[in-house]
Amino acid sequence: MDWIQSLRIGAAEELLSVVGIALLVGSAWGQTRRDARAITWLAVLTLLGAAAITAPALWHGVRGADALAFSGLLSGDAFAAFAKLLIYVAAAASLLVAPAFFDKYHAMRSEYPVLVLFAVLGMGIMVSATNLLTLYVGLELNSLSAYVLAAFLKTDERSAEAGLKYFVLGALASGILLFGISLTYGFTGTIGFAGISAALSGHISMGALFGLTFVLSGLAFKISAVPFHMWTPDVYEGAPTPVTTFFASAPKVAALALTMRVALEAFGTQAAAWQQIVSFIALASILVGALGAIGQSNLKRLLAYSSINNVGFMLVGLASATPQGAAAMLVYLTIYVPMTIGGFVAILMLKDEDGNQLEGMADIAGLSRTRPMLALGLGSIMFSMAGIPFFFGFWGKFVVFQSAVNAGMVWLAAAAAVASVIGAYYYLKVLKVMYFDEPVDRVTGRSDMLHEWLLASCAVFVSPLGYLVTKGLTALTMTAAGVLFAPV
Amino acid sequence: MNQFPILSVMLAVPLLAGLGCLMADAKLARTIALVATLLDFALGLVLWAKFDVGGAQWQFQESLPLFSGFSWKLGIDGIALLLIELSVFLMPICVLASKAIDKRVGEYMAAFLLMEALMIGVFAAQDLYLFYIFFEAGLIPMYLIIGVWGGAERIYASYKFFLYTLLGSVLMLIAMLWMVNDAGTTDIPTLMQYDFDPAAQKWLWLAFFASFAVKMPMWPVHTWLPDAHVQAPTAGSVILAGVLLKMGGYGFIRFSLPMFPSASADYAWLIYGLSMVAVVYTSLVALVQTDMKKLIAYSSVAHMAIVTVGLFAFNTQGLEGAMIVMLSHGLVSAALFLCVGVIYDRLHTREINRYGGLSINMPYYALLFMLFTMASVGLPGTSGFIGEFLSLAGIYQQSSWVAFVSTTGIILGAAYMLYLYRRIAFGGQVNADAAAMADLNPREWLMLAPIAAAVLWMGIYPESFLAPMRGDIRAIEARLAATKPAGDAKFEMGKPPPIGEAQAEGAH
Repeated sequence: MDWIQSLRIGAAEELLSVVGIALLVGSAWGQTRRDARAITWLAVLTLLGAAAITAPALWHGVRGADALAFSGLLSGDAFAAFAKLLIYVAAAASLLVAPAFFDKYHAMRSEYPVLVLFAVLGMGIMVSATNLLTLYVGLELNSLSAYVLAAFLKTDERSAEAGLKYFVLGALASGILLFGISLTYGFTGTIGFAGISAALSGHISMGALFGLTFVLSGLAFKISAVPFHMWTPDVYEGAPTPVTTFFASAPKVAALALTMRVALEAFGTQAAAWQQIVSFIALASILVGALGAIGQSNLKRLLAYSSINNVGFMLVGLASATPQGAAAMLVYLTIYVPMTIGGFVAILMLKDEDGNQLEGMADIAGLSRTRPMLALGLGSIMFSMAGIPFFFGFWGKFVVFQSAVNAGMVWLAAAAAVASVIGAYYYLKVLKVMYFDEPVDRVTGRSDMLHEWLLASCAVFVSPLGYLVTKGLTALTMTAAGVLFAPV
Repeated sequence: MNQFPILSVMLAVPLLAGLGCLMADAKLARTIALVATLLDFALGLVLWAKFDVGGAQWQFQESLPLFSGFSWKLGIDGIALLLIELSVFLMPICVLASKAIDKRVGEYMAAFLLMEALMIGVFAAQDLYLFYIFFEAGLIPMYLIIGVWGGAERIYASYKFFLYTLLGSVLMLIAMLWMVNDAGTTDIPTLMQYDFDPAAQKWLWLAFFASFAVKMPMWPVHTWLPDAHVQAPTAGSVILAGVLLKMGGYGFIRFSLPMFPSASADYAWLIYGLSMVAVVYTSLVALVQTDMKKLIAYSSVAHMAIVTVGLFAFNTQGLEGAMIVMLSHGLVSAALFLCVGVIYDRLHTREINRYGGLSINMPYYALLFMLFTMASVGLPGTSGFIGEFLSLAGIYQQSSWVAFVSTTGIILGAAYMLYLYRRIAFGGQVNADAAAMADLNPREWLMLAPIAAAVLWMGIYPESFLAPMRGDIRAIEARLAATKPAGDAKFEMGKPPPIGEAQAEGAH
């Protein structure tokens, strides 16, 4: 009876798992470079196919009971569809940039695209989960693939270190999350989001409050929000750059979307209980992200702190706990993903004569004179991340501030806005090094065509031309975010 | 609505030309930039000619609902018209003044053209958020201009400029978000008539003040200006002093005064206090400077204080005076920076005592420099006089003390400007290299002569400049009338004598 509908709603996940397993089997035989490339392209095509399957749900604004699958364990609603589309695009981009990077180290193996596919599958489950256990299954599937990906360069010590660190700390966070889930279950008697929401209406007991706090802490780790951010710079720096590109984009979307769903759907009736937690985490992330980035001389570490900083801004939207705030977060994510992918792609393009990767701040000195277009691309992304109008990154900050102001949290918006000036400093520093300093002419290696195209399209998106999509984006995000709130 | 979208075209011309300059080599970039800025100047003249003085308050309106939450909405009144004229007038001169720039000319010209588009956008925007975007985005090209083509301390100066102004502006953004949430519109003309709750007005006013006071700049947040001026290349200083500083004054007259009239009255004491300190203190600081650009930068702060005093006089004279001071200062300080640039290009130093006796070997230069010095001092017949006189007459009706202290600024202004002039142009030729400098070349004539003409025009027949904005000033004054604080002047309009008597008096 319902099986047909359930299978139909979960079609994208099914496609990913079937193709993932098939490619895994295939990769056992196909271990040459050419095979790895072919499998990568197949994985990209699969992601595009999954996107095509997912898009209608967003377009039609599917919500409520129509979207539930497998007896309410998963929901293929518009919100999940929006997050999944972002995840698929981000994952596809990080697949495309990989071969050129790994070839240099003779490490392009067919397992890479397969692992990414499984991680994406996990993320798809995360954002569709309407039950704490489904949530956990999705989260772990994603995390386990991610741990392996972080250590993908087996011969590189830093990569192995990053994988191990990520694993140990990630396991700890999962433990915290599970503890929170068990408390929540104990005090509400259910693990379904709708049931939790109903059970928590009215007065919240101390135990349930503890459960909520632990669940949020576990999730804060996954989105690398302060004070659970420590792992981020190390993992981002150590992991191979294409993997870092992936970590900074797709899982971030998944974890943030998951946090939104948990906070707004499961704990939505107790918004007052978590609003102050989220406000604190938001401001702390903005500040620590900004201050931590100032002293960095490694570009990947810098972008890691920048991602902590950006998560803080997105959480400002969550703190306002309104449909507008949730929509603002989705807008921010939509802008953040191309921004961060563009940033890492630009780093991937920094190579010396022998094709070795460069990632130091000193290496890009005077880049605007030796590689003007690369400098322009990275420069646009930096201005955009700093939130300086007329670059499109401004719009993301704008909408989250707007949601906070409209929700009556003017102080939060004002504090975040002032803190964004601190953040502007280190983005400007990158600009300064590229444009004001004397050239050192270290970046001489040829870059991959695909990288160039990706960076160019990201730069165009964050340029003022991006504003032209704001109308459609607002409509879509409002549809998607509206799903999380009871119909009016 | 079907009219030619001249404002959008004025924005598009420099933008497209800027893109072209990015691709072009040095020589071609200079040509493109000059042609584009001249074309924009021509469009500006058309704009002025077509502007219906005494007609509708908002003219040349365009509106395209392109974006979510705000729209591409342009339109100008008399105040914006004059500031746009100032911008497009100075831009070709800036391009001419950039002869000494020899590295990365294409990018340099692109930054300037982008700057021009953004400046026009600031004055023409009729949507609150669109205004903010233009207002903030102006930081980017200026940051690059100072940082790439500036002097030795350029990096410190560019950071200071950027972060100071950004910090001021973000608070304004939050205030704007609140306003739009409250009023339900982003349309600036509508907001100018919207009555915000007086208690909220105080906060909003302070947030806008944070932005405009830095931009203006007012004492004590003026310290970025001398640094930025000294390090910026000549043309950068010209644009900074000529137009960017006017954005602060424009902000006060467009936003703070008409949108928050009661808060403006409540905080008039703050403006008066800071302005009085600025007039006296920065003038004294200017007196002891040994660097020409720094001296002029401090004099800018003092002049801008006269602007704020005039704006917060809440009457026609004060507002008109403030506007004329802004326009006049835009011309005069730009010209003074150009004059500094002329001799800097020859001797590569801004130290005042490296020069001397220039009136002997550079008589024409000394003549023009004298004219601009006098205009800066406020000599009758020059633009400076009209503006300062009106501003001070305006504030005198409001507060004798403020008028008294501000007037000392005129005296001190005369002191530091004449002292500067004496050290540079008069006296013996102490430095052989300075004595060997050649007089103005045709390019420099082309830069300075139009400004000199404009300064004299504004000084002799200010009506050309007062007429377009008369209606707008009146509208603002009417908006302020209800809440304006009582002045101490006991001002009473005298009765005009009967017609016959006046004629008899005239016959004497």
